[in-house]
Amino acid sequence: MSLQLLKQSKKFLVGISILLFFIGLATIMPWFMPNPKAMIGGLWEPPSYERILGTDPLGRDVFSLFVHGINMSLRIGILAGLVATAAGVVIGAVAGYRGGIVDEVLMSITNVMLVIPTLALLIVLAAFIQVRNEMLMAFVIGITSWPWTARSIRSQTLSLKAREFIDLARMSGLSEKKIIFQDVLPNMFSYIFMCFALQMAGGILSETGLSMIGLGPTDIVSLGMILRWALSWEAVRLGKWWVFTPVTIAITLLTTSLLLINTGMDEIFNPRMRRL
Amino acid sequence: MKKPTLSPFFLHVCKKAMFYFGTYFIALSLTFVIIRLMPGNPIQVLVARLMAGRPKGGPVFGVDRLYLLFIQEFSLDKLAHEQYIVYMQSMLGSTINLLTFRICPVLQSANFGISITYYPLTVMDIMTGKLLWSLALLLPSIVIGFIVGNYLGAIAASKKGVIDNVVFNTSLFLSNIPYYCLALILLFVFAFVYRIFPIGGGYSFGRIGFSLTLDWIIDYLHHYALPFLSLFLITVGGQAIGMRVMMIYELNSDYYVYSKQLGLSERKLVNYAYQNAILPQITGLALSFGSIFSGSLITEVVFNYPGIGLALYNAILGRDYPLIQGCFAIITLTTLVANFLMDIAYAFIDPRIRAVYAGEKA
Repeated sequence: MSLQLLKQSKKFLVGISILLFFIGLATIMPWFMPNPKAMIGGLWEPPSYERILGTDPLGRDVFSLFVHGINMSLRIGILAGLVATAAGVVIGAVAGYRGGIVDEVLMSITNVMLVIPTLALLIVLAAFIQVRNEMLMAFVIGITSWPWTARSIRSQTLSLKAREFIDLARMSGLSEKKIIFQDVLPNMFSYIFMCFALQMAGGILSETGLSMIGLGPTDIVSLGMILRWALSWEAVRLGKWWVFTPVTIAITLLTTSLLLINTGMDEIFNPRMRRL
Repeated sequence: MKKPTLSPFFLHVCKKAMFYFGTYFIALSLTFVIIRLMPGNPIQVLVARLMAGRPKGGPVFGVDRLYLLFIQEFSLDKLAHEQYIVYMQSMLGSTINLLTFRICPVLQSANFGISITYYPLTVMDIMTGKLLWSLALLLPSIVIGFIVGNYLGAIAASKKGVIDNVVFNTSLFLSNIPYYCLALILLFVFAFVYRIFPIGGGYSFGRIGFSLTLDWIIDYLHHYALPFLSLFLITVGGQAIGMRVMMIYELNSDYYVYSKQLGLSERKLVNYAYQNAILPQITGLALSFGSIFSGSLITEVVFNYPGIGLALYNAILGRDYPLIQGCFAIITLTTLVANFLMDIAYAFIDPRIRAVYAGEKA
């Protein structure tokens, strides 16, 4: 039913197609080029038919680095998005449903976290972790970016709480935990998914930002790490556009596609936004 | 109409100040926990490594000095709660010292600690200069970007048609590019392909330090243009998108349609709609200041612009933990002060809030 509705939104369709394209590229291509760190050519080879994105100063195939990088960035983005959304949903739903002192405590924590500059906190966290793998990066990014989700889930919960079926559930003697997880949250599923799309975009951006200042995953290829290498090799100053242009385009398209999915869904599920 | 009294407004300011102070306190405590209490934290590792190669009773040189510096900087010879008290005292003292422009004689020694990579210099000495560079980049791009973006958004919404389309699509594109991606593209196009602007840095070689000569200012602006443009364009994009939506909402509202049918001039009406639409934009700006600031840190790294972002980058490369800790404190402080000032300004601008504090319910 709702999938039928989603098909009406052009934005959603465009967004999901771009995202699926990148997911396909990132899952299929690494099979054909299993080792991105292998030296396969000369230094700074420009793009050619054999190597469509040329090589870097270590003789590695940039296209191979690129697809592996997308793979890793998507994985970190999804994981970070899951962590952030889960934390935000639990905190927001509990605060909104419980109300009273629990709400006040949770929301003051959220408000405090909202004004602390996230990237700076992330930098401190990442700088003091010696070995950073994919899971750790995702976790660190996730636990610093939940406040927005918590806030919006809370206000959604508040409006759901006033509906009759929740009263009914309460009267039938269901426990609070069950009401939150069986009645409140399933009714906001589309909304939670929209939050996840935004958090995933944020996760990809945070990973890239952290990697660019030298706090990326150690020993893994990600889109951010490619940009970091491009910076430290002075690729821009030397005009080696094939190293950094595909990555910048990929990051921009990926985050835009997730944003389009979010707004497309918003227009379908949020009656006030329909028409625009 | 009653005259606005000062005291409720003063209370409002106090409440906000308390909130931001509390937030700063929590942020500092968080760093304390992250830096010292995390198992296997790098400071313990580093100190353990230094201790292993330390001859007993020998003269204090090189490695020893670093070891002693670490012990002293992080007061590692004390218990955890004592460390916390020393840390908080030093951080808060340094903050007050910075906020009073370092004129308070009692706090001269509170300097966010000593940097490891720039050994005898204190973090405060390094950061005050960098902070000025960063603010010189950040504030104009945000303020001018805010004005231009809102103006464009309002024009797009009220003129409709082609102008709307052009403004909307360009802004959508601009607001979706991450800071560092736009920075890289601008750098490549204008510094490599066309060579209009220098390839990075804050000034030409051999012109270290600040001087108020025309020569220096032109050189500075030449280096300043690209970093400024990259932050400015993204701010314009985001603001124009937001303003356009707010304006469309206002232009469809009952008061607007009614007054238009009464025959009020369109110019005047658009002006009214603009004044209503700009309020939520200011709140949005206040909330996004932190992320703009964070974005500018990476932009500085891309352009080699000598601000806090570049200092932080170098601190991370050199594992200069006191400097990282100081950078975090200063970035958080700047964000909180900006938010605080914005909150106060908002209370002045928004007539509804003013009315509440004047004792009449809006």
